[in-house]
Amino acid sequence: MKINGSQIVIECLVEQGVDTVFGYPGGAVLNIYDALYKNSDRIKHILTAHEQGAAHAADGYARASGKVGVCIATSGPGATNLVTGIATAYMDSVPIIAITGNVGTSLLGKDSFQEADITGITAPITKHNYIVKDVKDLANTIRKAFKIARSGRPGPVLIDIPKDVSANLCEFESQKPEEIKRFVPKKEDVETARELIMSSKKPFIFAGGGVISSDACNELFEFAKRISAPVSCSLMGLGAYPATDKLFTGMLGMHGTKASNTAASNCDLFIAVGTRFSDRVISDPSKFARHAKILHIDIDPAEIDKNIKSYHSVIGDIKEVLAPLLKDITSLENPEWLDHILGLKKKFKIGHTHIGSLTPYFVMREVDKQTGGDAVITTEVGQHQMWAAQYYSYTKPRTFISSGGFGTMGYGTGASMGAALSGTGKRIVHIAGDGSFRMNSSELATMKHYNIPVIIVVMNNGTLGMVRQWQALFYGGRYSQTTLDRGPDFNILAEAYGVRSYKVQTESEFKAAFAEALSLNEPVLINTMIDIDERVLPMVPAGRPIDELILE
Amino acid sequence: MSKRILSVLTENRAGVLSRISGLFSRRGFNIDSLAVGTTEDETVSRMTIVVNGDDYIIEQVSKQLNKLIDVIKVKTLDDSDIVSRELALIKVAANSETRSSIIQIVDIFRAKIIDVSHETLTIEMTGSAEKHKALFDLLEPFGIKEVVKTGMISIQRGTNYINK
Repeated sequence: MKINGSQIVIECLVEQGVDTVFGYPGGAVLNIYDALYKNSDRIKHILTAHEQGAAHAADGYARASGKVGVCIATSGPGATNLVTGIATAYMDSVPIIAITGNVGTSLLGKDSFQEADITGITAPITKHNYIVKDVKDLANTIRKAFKIARSGRPGPVLIDIPKDVSANLCEFESQKPEEIKRFVPKKEDVETARELIMSSKKPFIFAGGGVISSDACNELFEFAKRISAPVSCSLMGLGAYPATDKLFTGMLGMHGTKASNTAASNCDLFIAVGTRFSDRVISDPSKFARHAKILHIDIDPAEIDKNIKSYHSVIGDIKEVLAPLLKDITSLENPEWLDHILGLKKKFKIGHTHIGSLTPYFVMREVDKQTGGDAVITTEVGQHQMWAAQYYSYTKPRTFISSGGFGTMGYGTGASMGAALSGTGKRIVHIAGDGSFRMNSSELATMKHYNIPVIIVVMNNGTLGMVRQWQALFYGGRYSQTTLDRGPDFNILAEAYGVRSYKVQTESEFKAAFAEALSLNEPVLINTMIDIDERVLPMVPAGRPIDELILE
Repeated sequence: MSKRILSVLTENRAGVLSRISGLFSRRGFNIDSLAVGTTEDETVSRMTIVVNGDDYIIEQVSKQLNKLIDVIKVKTLDDSDIVSRELALIKVAANSETRSSIIQIVDIFRAKIIDVSHETLTIEMTGSAEKHKALFDLLEPFGIKEVVKTGMISIQRGTNYINK
């Protein structure tokens, strides 16, 4: 049977198991939105306040569920408004599909109204992208796009559909999605890794987001226990290993713990699992893990030896690497090494350096306590992001959702909605800073309209705190353009959107407000007043070796 | 730093060249020359890319190229096991007095005259980069008006194939 391009889009999305999409209509996607209207019983469309919100929502949806997130925007400005969201997903290897409309094929390249070369613009920030110029190619392009987004190292794929292509008719036959095969490592590489591990005396594990993408958290847990190695995580890796476990030493790098940063600098085998050695982790590459052989396990061969030269590497899906390793490794015990590192963990507890009557440490611990550590935490970018990472104990994968690589302020309102609609069954608590929140606070309208029960905790210190912290430490206290001594009043803002809100200044007020928010099934904003000079500690000054920590 | 030659097979599709050249520029890799054309299979293009870089850069370039969905195969060619050619068209000033001297030089280099006017000669020259430079140096005193080059193309010797 012949159907039009827009109906093909719908059929292909359904084929891939998509039930929710985020987007914003416009001229070039009129046909697609007409099909969405006719198929509203098959695909739920969430209308965001801005296309950026839709891109971040698709991203949050994907991170929270492991499924592919989908966003839709019109040509030109609609498409370019997705760009920050796509780049965010690209840097953190999140599988999303961005569908954009474009002007008709006869108008392409003529500076037509609302025309932008979005495949050109997004080439550096997508895993791949397509412009479909013939409706006959549409179905297979969408199928390929989903496969590319999900397979290997995941990432965003954009499909640009000119207006006539979404209107033209074509034969369509439904197909089952292709199975995604896991990337199996070379046997001899695993064997060498095993030998390295068995001969190490001071092993240390560093887990990244790849462990979560590969669904290998159970394997990681067993692996760490088997070899008695302390375990640290990157920001993206939080939740890959239970923070409540004895072997967990916290984050590594610029805002890492004393225990993790010392362990990295003194171990004899540094086992990097599903991570890309971001500059925020390694700081000075010549001093990083300087006494260790580095064993790098990752799915992407291009990450091996890119930022840090490895001694040995295993390329493959983390689950497929850890499973055979576990089969062959006997128990290792290194009590002296373990006692030393776990001693540091006890001695240098984080979170006691705060000032003021309501501290970020208290806020995050209270959120942890009241949710039983079982919420999904989303964040924006800045100090509050680091506090959310440091002080809440993530015990399960996909419970910490944050823009790590790209560091996108304004990420969280969209991402929290996506997470809330992804069917995780968990409460979503969005930790924001006042600066970041202002960037995309318009999504409150979306939360209210669809009654998306996100609890937004705005840690309001009236400043761009992370930049202020650097200005205080390295720029002589010259607070250039970082003091946010201006509106809006977030409580009045929330009211304008019809969203319930609280303003809290003390511990007991926060406790009560958060408890009430949890009891409600609706979006809530808690305007949480904290001191302007709160800092994120520990901290490694830029370019210094990571064991040179500022602790207070 | 040294010059290395990469042979890259790609899908023959619109936009592939910009993806590849974009990759080089955003990752800060320097391209000396890039030549592209279709192969025995018209759905496949082959690029010869001459890159200036050390082992680290060459490894990075080839890994990053391999990640592009449109790239089918990347091979770093071994200098000692390939034949390489580059074609140049050189337009040089020539009048009745200088014309015969230029033609003599062209003959020595086994290059060809492909266009003549009262004031110019256009020479077609195929060969290695060294041969090009030598000819260029000899022609320079006559006044070189324009040069256009194809960029280097390379192929492995004997029964070595890129897909092997």
